[in-house]
Amino acid sequence: MTVFAFYLFAALMIASGALTIFARNPVHSVLWLILAFFNAAGLMVIVGAEFLAMLLVVVYVGAVAVLFLFVVMMLNIDFAEMRAGFMKNAPLGVAIAVILLAELVLGVGAYRAGALDLGTPDGSAAPLVGESNIESLGALLYGNYLFLFESAGIILLVAMIGAIVLTHRAPTNPRGHQNIAKQNARNPKEATNNVSPEVGKGVEL
Amino acid sequence: MIGIEHYVVVSSILFVLGVLGIFLNRKNIIIILMAIELILLSVNLNLVAFSAYLGDLTGQVFAMFVLTVAAAEAAIGLAILVVYFRSRGTIAVDDVNRMKG
Repeated sequence: MTVFAFYLFAALMIASGALTIFARNPVHSVLWLILAFFNAAGLMVIVGAEFLAMLLVVVYVGAVAVLFLFVVMMLNIDFAEMRAGFMKNAPLGVAIAVILLAELVLGVGAYRAGALDLGTPDGSAAPLVGESNIESLGALLYGNYLFLFESAGIILLVAMIGAIVLTHRAPTNPRGHQNIAKQNARNPKEATNNVSPEVGKGVEL
Repeated sequence: MIGIEHYVVVSSILFVLGVLGIFLNRKNIIIILMAIELILLSVNLNLVAFSAYLGDLTGQVFAMFVLTVAAAEAAIGLAILVVYFRSRGTIAVDDVNRMKG
């Protein structure tokens, strides 16, 4: 059963990941990305990381993917023109992808042939027995990694403020550029007035 | 029997797909951002798998921080994209040459 679930989630995740980058329409790309995240959450659930899986669904599907959808739909862009260089870049991209994949497979193969002995962990960080994933993760986050957790919060705060500052536009005056207070504060003595002096008379300053 | 190797292979395939996405869609910055999300997702999957394999929850904590930074990066990146689109009317990567870097 677990084996079936693993292959189902893995196959669907890789397929939707591929469709994310190959889809013609960016809206479809975002939807495939959401499916990829769902399947990754499934893969995380079957190794017992429930909290992170739920976090992935909530944060990515609920926030980031919707953000992507908003931006794709808000910017009215001619995407057909953007795909013009797709085939031109394909050989280089595929070559780099094949090299990367070969290296990664080689790494896994070398690991299976005989792992490097990097010493044994002392077991101090082993999870607490008899507690749920979220309980032990919470104990770790609010214990050992409290300051890191706080700084993650600060990173999110900075990102939020940055995004607001970047996209905020000052409210425009409904009267255009008219400033009534400035008009009322005008003084006739400081005002400019037109004169039309006769030739040779000069101007009184 | 599913072992750690299966997870490593799946996440490396996803990683390669993300890199390939960056190369194939060099003009469309939105797809590039999505490919970066795919890469970060594969890294998260790897961290979680090794966390379960070694019985060490630190990997999951680290994956959570990666998730945080990825969310912040997506928000800032998309905000910059919106601002850039407002001022230039295009988001094609080739046209981003104002600074002549």
